[in-house]
Amino acid sequence: MIEARGLARTFRRRKQEVHAVTGVDLDVAAGEIVGFLGPNGAGKTTTLRMLTTLLTPTAGTATVAGCDLLADPVGVRRRIGYVSQSGSTQPEALAGEEVVDHGRLYGMSTADAVARGRRLFTELDLEGLWERKPKAMSGGQRRRLDIAMGLVHEPGLVFLDEPTTGLDPQARANLWEHVRGLREERGTTVFLTTHYLDEADALCDRILVIDRGAIVAEGTPDALKSRVGGDVLTVTAARADRAGELARLVAGLPGAEPPQVHGDRVVARVPHGGSALVQLVRELDAAGIGVVGVESRRPSLDDVFLGLTGRSLREEGAPAALPEPEGALQ
Amino acid sequence: MSLPVATNSVARDTWTVFARAMRLSLRNPAWVVIGLTQPVLYILLFGPLLEPLSGQLGSGNAYQVFVPGILVQLGIFGALFVGFGLIAEWRAGVVESQRVTPASRTALLLGRVLRDVVVLLVQGTVLVLVSLPLGLRAPLVGVVLALALVALLGAAFSAVSYALALTLKSEDAFAPLLNAVVLPVLLLSGILLPMSLAPGWLQAVSDVNPLKHVVEGVRSLFDGSYTSATAWWGLGLTLAMAALGWWFGVRRFRRESS
Repeated sequence: MIEARGLARTFRRRKQEVHAVTGVDLDVAAGEIVGFLGPNGAGKTTTLRMLTTLLTPTAGTATVAGCDLLADPVGVRRRIGYVSQSGSTQPEALAGEEVVDHGRLYGMSTADAVARGRRLFTELDLEGLWERKPKAMSGGQRRRLDIAMGLVHEPGLVFLDEPTTGLDPQARANLWEHVRGLREERGTTVFLTTHYLDEADALCDRILVIDRGAIVAEGTPDALKSRVGGDVLTVTAARADRAGELARLVAGLPGAEPPQVHGDRVVARVPHGGSALVQLVRELDAAGIGVVGVESRRPSLDDVFLGLTGRSLREEGAPAALPEPEGALQ
Repeated sequence: MSLPVATNSVARDTWTVFARAMRLSLRNPAWVVIGLTQPVLYILLFGPLLEPLSGQLGSGNAYQVFVPGILVQLGIFGALFVGFGLIAEWRAGVVESQRVTPASRTALLLGRVLRDVVVLLVQGTVLVLVSLPLGLRAPLVGVVLALALVALLGAAFSAVSYALALTLKSEDAFAPLLNAVVLPVLLLSGILLPMSLAPGWLQAVSDVNPLKHVVEGVRSLFDGSYTSATAWWGLGLTLAMAALGWWFGVRRFRRESS
């Protein structure tokens, strides 16, 4: 569905060259849901805007939905849907009319666009909102309306840019359901960007991690997590003054990495959480150290990101490669 | 995957964009009312001031001088402000969502410009009709030709306004720019009072303002002198501005929006 090689984009800002995307190779197969994960400013939106013909790459080639990005941008536009993070409808227009006009711009007849729009409103829980103005809709409804706009011409490939940013948890979970439905019900290929780990984890078959304009890792959420190696073991001592002893015991577990002590809590990475846990409990017993909590968990994508880039995805203040160009300004 | 039948054409896309824009304009009655009352207010509240000056204006009828001026003013300044609407649409993501469709880029601009021209023609017609009972006397052919010229002028300035709006993308930058341009152009165009009343140096300065010649061209159409050099100058300069405005506008809509 998507095949990109060496896609790069350089912006010129005040006579300085800014390399927003330095060379992205990516492949997306038909029917996949692929997540593009990275912090703000990593180059997610720039890559997406290149793949959707909104920005011309300064280098590289790509085939999107069977059409060459550079030679046949109109062919690409005809076959893809794009749901940008800045919205797609006039706040004062009527929702249904916006969808129909959008369909007409894709070459559909008014009757087809109305029929298709009505069906999408039903599928996306927007029933009864055909004559509602977008300004009078909730954030979740507006996002679903944007998705209806992007799907009106039945594209086989949909790009979603930060689909759940700014939504409350309920609306997010609801939107995820709809994104999954796209693939299950009509086999649509979905390419989405996100900086939420839980979103990538919950929704995507495969994740591409982008940082500072280049892809630094890719794989299924599980494969990426197993690349971190092992599980994260967290033990909480009953008395903080015995945390040191506890840490020595944890460090002695087979294959354990040097533990970190935070007050009464000891955290370490071990190859196999389950067996380490059993052994640790026995040794704690023998040493007479009381604990109030023992937990072994699979690494999160945040651990993955930290391992790959040395930075946490949650550090919003992290020195971003560059300000996300246009569109991110809201 | 199912592909829609490819029936995009510039004409069809233009119609879609035009109809959508027109619908949005009509749905906002405040705008329609303001758009229609403003020219009428000019005629009712400013026109009478000119009546005693008729002798000096070199015409037996003040409205024959004044109405063409107000028409040109509508064409230029009404059109120059349409960019504000586009900035709002750009911010709402509408411009980008239209740009990912296969629709012709020319149509995205032309549909909007045509809406502005229709609004302008309605305003201009109301203006002329209101002026008739007040004493405007002008040949019908002249009025029709004048409206056509003003429509072309309006199309030029609305294209320029959209191009500037897409370049600046901020009301805070757009408003001061318009204000900086509008006032001197207005004062040097003889829209409100003919430049023939001005001292020599001021006339010389206004001579380099193409809009002054357009205003005089429209006045000569109201006079019935369709083939006068003044009328031809007005037409020629309007065509030149329309070509420039169109080139600027299309270029901006084609260019990627980064």
